[in-house]
Amino acid sequence: MRVNFTVNGRQQEADDVWEGESLLYVLRERLGLPGSKNACEQGECGSCTVRLDGVPVCSCLVAAGQVEGRDVVTVEGLADFAKQREQHGHGGACGTGGGCGSKGVSTDEAKKWAAKPGDSQTGEGIELSNIQQAFIDAGAVQCGFCTPGLLVQADELLERNADPSDQDIREALSGNLCRCTGYEKILDAVRLAAARQGEAV
Amino acid sequence: MAQNTRTVGTPTNVTQKHNKGGIGESTLRPDGTLKVTGEFAYSSDMWHEDMLWGQTLRSTVAHAEIVSIDISEALAMPGVYSVLTYDDLPAEMKNYGLEIQDTPVLANGRVRHHGEPVALVAADHPETARRAAAKIKIDYRELPLVTDEASALAPDAPLIHEGRDDHHSGHVPHPNIVHRQPIIRGNVEEARKRADVIVEGEYTFGMQDQAFLGPESGLAVPSEDGGVDLYVATQWLHSDLQQIAPVLGLPPEKVRMTLSGVGGAFGGREDISMQIHACLLALATNKPVKIVYNRFESFFGHVHRHPAKLWYEHGATKDGKITHMKCKIVLDGGAYASASPAVVGNASSLSVGPYVVDDVDIEAIALYTNNPPCGAMRGFGAVQACFAYEAQMDKLAAKLGMDPVEFRQLNAMEMGTIMPTGQVVDSPAPVAELLRRVKARPLPPERQWETAGEGADVRALPGGLSNTTHGEGVVRGVGYAVGIKNVGFSEGFDDYSTARVRLEVINGEPVAMVHTAMAEVGQGGVTVHAQIARTELGVTQVTIHPADTQVGSAGSTSASRQTYMTGGAVKNTCEHVREALLEMGRRKNGSYHPAWAHAELLLEGGKVVTDGGEVLADIADILENEAIDLELEFRHRPTVAFDLKTGQGDGHVQYTFAAHRAVVEVDTELGLVKVVELATAQDVGKALNMLSVVGQIQGGTTQGLGVAVMEEIIVDPKTAKVRNPSFTDYLIPTILDTPTIPVDVLELADPNAPYGLRGLGEAPTLSSTPAVLAAIRQATGLELNKTPIRPEALTGTL
Repeated sequence: MRVNFTVNGRQQEADDVWEGESLLYVLRERLGLPGSKNACEQGECGSCTVRLDGVPVCSCLVAAGQVEGRDVVTVEGLADFAKQREQHGHGGACGTGGGCGSKGVSTDEAKKWAAKPGDSQTGEGIELSNIQQAFIDAGAVQCGFCTPGLLVQADELLERNADPSDQDIREALSGNLCRCTGYEKILDAVRLAAARQGEAV
Repeated sequence: MAQNTRTVGTPTNVTQKHNKGGIGESTLRPDGTLKVTGEFAYSSDMWHEDMLWGQTLRSTVAHAEIVSIDISEALAMPGVYSVLTYDDLPAEMKNYGLEIQDTPVLANGRVRHHGEPVALVAADHPETARRAAAKIKIDYRELPLVTDEASALAPDAPLIHEGRDDHHSGHVPHPNIVHRQPIIRGNVEEARKRADVIVEGEYTFGMQDQAFLGPESGLAVPSEDGGVDLYVATQWLHSDLQQIAPVLGLPPEKVRMTLSGVGGAFGGREDISMQIHACLLALATNKPVKIVYNRFESFFGHVHRHPAKLWYEHGATKDGKITHMKCKIVLDGGAYASASPAVVGNASSLSVGPYVVDDVDIEAIALYTNNPPCGAMRGFGAVQACFAYEAQMDKLAAKLGMDPVEFRQLNAMEMGTIMPTGQVVDSPAPVAELLRRVKARPLPPERQWETAGEGADVRALPGGLSNTTHGEGVVRGVGYAVGIKNVGFSEGFDDYSTARVRLEVINGEPVAMVHTAMAEVGQGGVTVHAQIARTELGVTQVTIHPADTQVGSAGSTSASRQTYMTGGAVKNTCEHVREALLEMGRRKNGSYHPAWAHAELLLEGGKVVTDGGEVLADIADILENEAIDLELEFRHRPTVAFDLKTGQGDGHVQYTFAAHRAVVEVDTELGLVKVVELATAQDVGKALNMLSVVGQIQGGTTQGLGVAVMEEIIVDPKTAKVRNPSFTDYLIPTILDTPTIPVDVLELADPNAPYGLRGLGEAPTLSSTPAVLAAIRQATGLELNKTPIRPEALTGTL
């Protein structure tokens, strides 16, 4: 079947989609957006969390057909999404997608990947959302596999609760597993993002 | 021009002064931006034009003869390109393994555990591959099961590996024992007579899973020369290569491996998983093949932490001195050896813990059974022992009427202590101090759910969000533990690491390129390598080259060794690059300033400066269009194998220590546990990057907490089948289960290690489990000798 929907503000069309395919599979394998992660594909770990019409969902549990005509935001579009929200005062579709149109990460691209000096400190040409920057600054990223899902979830928390208590943060992120960090630095990151958001207002 | 030389230890005593972004600073991860934008390429994100998907078919029974395999229906399915079984393996070598080559690439007429790979499928859609695999018909004739010590060592026990001829087979008392290590020191029977109290205990440690989030995955691309390029998440590229090439029938240079993004490892990626399978399918179809395990398969795709039964006896005098220790540790290694022999070595040599005990009688064994294979996981044999000896310490203290921390401090080892193996601990061992620090920390307020904000926040209670209680029946307990872990590969293993460093001028600025085969699995090696290069070469710009097999081995990202070993290799190579640069400077500018000839010269801020701070030249001006490019190996001091009868020998490189204090609240009616705080103190020798250090300690602590209260792979004792291979049924701690983890870091330098650092990744996983257990025991008064603690163990409804 054919599925039409919006991803990170860009109209997308996926062809030859099987009935059983998940939104996660379509994002990762058909649209070239591997940012949403495939850790359990069972709705238990939260690594594939995306916003579907604004609501955080595990994209592995959403059948691709269910997103027909709807609006999806993934980690690739999070910075633009946050910027739009800042400018328009609400969470809405963003104008540009991140890396849409290509398919996955080619081996040539992967081969060329090199950790560059200082790009985490400066952002070097990449505009990050508040929560993305806070995760880097607080040391909340280790292997990073859980990070995309946590970012989407945490961003949604801060959207509806600008000053969350620790218990609020824990409750909001309780569906996102992380195996590396022990969560303390993730809490730090969300607190940091909330504080910076507060300063900016 | 690359030069190859072999160097042991550090060649110079020049101390580079502070350089911006150097060691000791909490610089941020170079891969952070890519990871938060979703652009970082993990192994499961790889893609190639015209790519196929691989699928493994795994055995549904634990022990059986394979009577027949019928692949015809699978092969006939549209979209299926290849179906492979044992008969299709191309080389004479059909097994692989880390220490013993006993693991079949695909089952050869017999399966030895539930989930063993039997056949492979490549198809154009992952679902097609899965459906095709399901159509392969296998006729199994089930064989009697070996599931525990009694059934493994019975006189008529079926042999898991008949006709063993590995290097351990000659000295083990039974062919179903992979390896046995006794350690005898002093005279236990004599010492026992001095004991005023004696305590015994039998402890059971459940099978833990690494549960890294990024599933086993990778992409194999056939090349025109008949070889294969493999992009994969692993902990040790060169060890994989050594195991992959022979079974493919290819020379190692035709198997080119590149590390792709690794979503956590914790020991679970030391063994081969999908690497060989993907290569076989790629070579068979002449198309790129990607394999991505789903979570279910991941539980069968890697080895687990050895479950263990541990029997201990300790004695002590009235004044609280430990007289002796006897123990027997039985580790279940499952169907294949993996790292079992080394785990035995660790469990035995570290079984006494960080205490002074002169008279010991120790035995550790690992069994071959039909249970899932077990191997490396963070803490590696030391974890199971720590769980048992720390419970024993509490028992002894209680029997003597002493404070458990004071009792431990009274017996704590220190620099100069002799280990049960006879090895002298020759660097700081601040065991008593670590305990003092966690104990001195103020306790979290009682009944926090009532004191936080306005009224009670029931989310802070055991059972929390489920609103199961408002505090009635909730009791608090506090428990302590401390542990000792070795760093690096032990027992005579040639544990080296290689680093290539290139220094050149790019856009007028000196830039260092660091190339190693180190697997960055999340631990932050890429961050500290850049810091080391900045410190040693006085440059700002450092590029970390992707890890691949085009450079020498970096050894494994495990055993808490990578910062020590590959960090040491980067330091060592940078020092040689620095010397080469200074030599170049002397040649070009030596006649202009006498300091070139006789002063101690340093590289700082892109310049060559004297000890006194006088600038002699810009690095960029010395180099001009030339590059200095060196690849060197680095070795730690040598170790020896433990004697097979007495266990004596200087087997370990370095020891590392961590202590925990756990504060728990237990709902005694529902059997639910909430860990309120898990304070940690650890000696790291020297913190190269405090942000990463604390992250490692908190992460390791949380894995120890997990095994204390929830984590266990449950293997049905009747069928040897895994009952909970999913994140629905195998529970790992969520952010709600994980408490505040305050971390207190000591930096007592080890004079033998680069920068004085101490490997740190594993130690926090040791003591966190027994500390939580001790706290739950204190809260409930129950004995609790098994991990994980389940609600029924607390409510008496077992």
